[in-house]
Amino acid sequence: MLIGAGTATLLLMNGRIAGVSGILGNAVRAAFGEQGWRLGFLLGLLVPALILGTGVAQLPRPWYWAVVSGLLVGAGTQIGSGCTSGHGVCGLANLSTRSLVATLTFMTSAVFTVLLVRHGVVP
Amino acid sequence: MKFLTALIAGLLFGAGLLVSGMTDPANVLGFLDIFGAWRPQLAFVMGAAVLTAAPAFWFVRQRRRSLLGAPVDLPDRRRIDKTLVAGATMFGVGWGLSGICPGPGLVLLASGHGMAYLFMAAVIAGMWLVQLTRN
Repeated sequence: MLIGAGTATLLLMNGRIAGVSGILGNAVRAAFGEQGWRLGFLLGLLVPALILGTGVAQLPRPWYWAVVSGLLVGAGTQIGSGCTSGHGVCGLANLSTRSLVATLTFMTSAVFTVLLVRHGVVP
Repeated sequence: MKFLTALIAGLLFGAGLLVSGMTDPANVLGFLDIFGAWRPQLAFVMGAAVLTAAPAFWFVRQRRRSLLGAPVDLPDRRRIDKTLVAGATMFGVGWGLSGICPGPGLVLLASGHGMAYLFMAAVIAGMWLVQLTRN
């Protein structure tokens, strides 16, 4: 509900979509004047974890998986115009069939990936 | 003002990811592992987020302006093409490898884990590479 409230706030106040990959991707390249709100949102994302801590002790090992995974996530969200927040939360809330297809697609490929990693062939 | 409201939106969003446990890759991988010890939480979190945000989208679709008066240009809802499916497939594979997507990845930077920095650097590199090939 907090995630939805954050999404609603950004849409109602700023008229913008709370898609993290889009905000990040555009913050990387966009014109300077339009930067402010994006940096504000990204900063806001970080602050609760800075105060409360993340409580996450373990991240995927070995390290090269983080790189492979990150490259696929970065390129894939750029090509597919969105991630879990943009398509999964905003798109579905906007009753978008395009986002429904994207969400079902990345859920399926993620389930297969986990299947291979946990029960199959990838070390 | 735009900065402030975006900051508040980010705070809500970040707190939501944290409280719901979605920043912990173990919960995400547990959700994706439908053939193992399945953890359904992600579906409930996403469902609740969609239901909470839906009225805001409905309101803005009617009004076409935000409460602060900014014009709202919502993304295309219909176009389904190879690019969308290819990108989403790629993203899913990356997500399934680590259990981290861009939002939680950013939040995890606060944990100070070197791995989180490596992951986010790779995400930005991946985005940048695609942007390069487009120009």
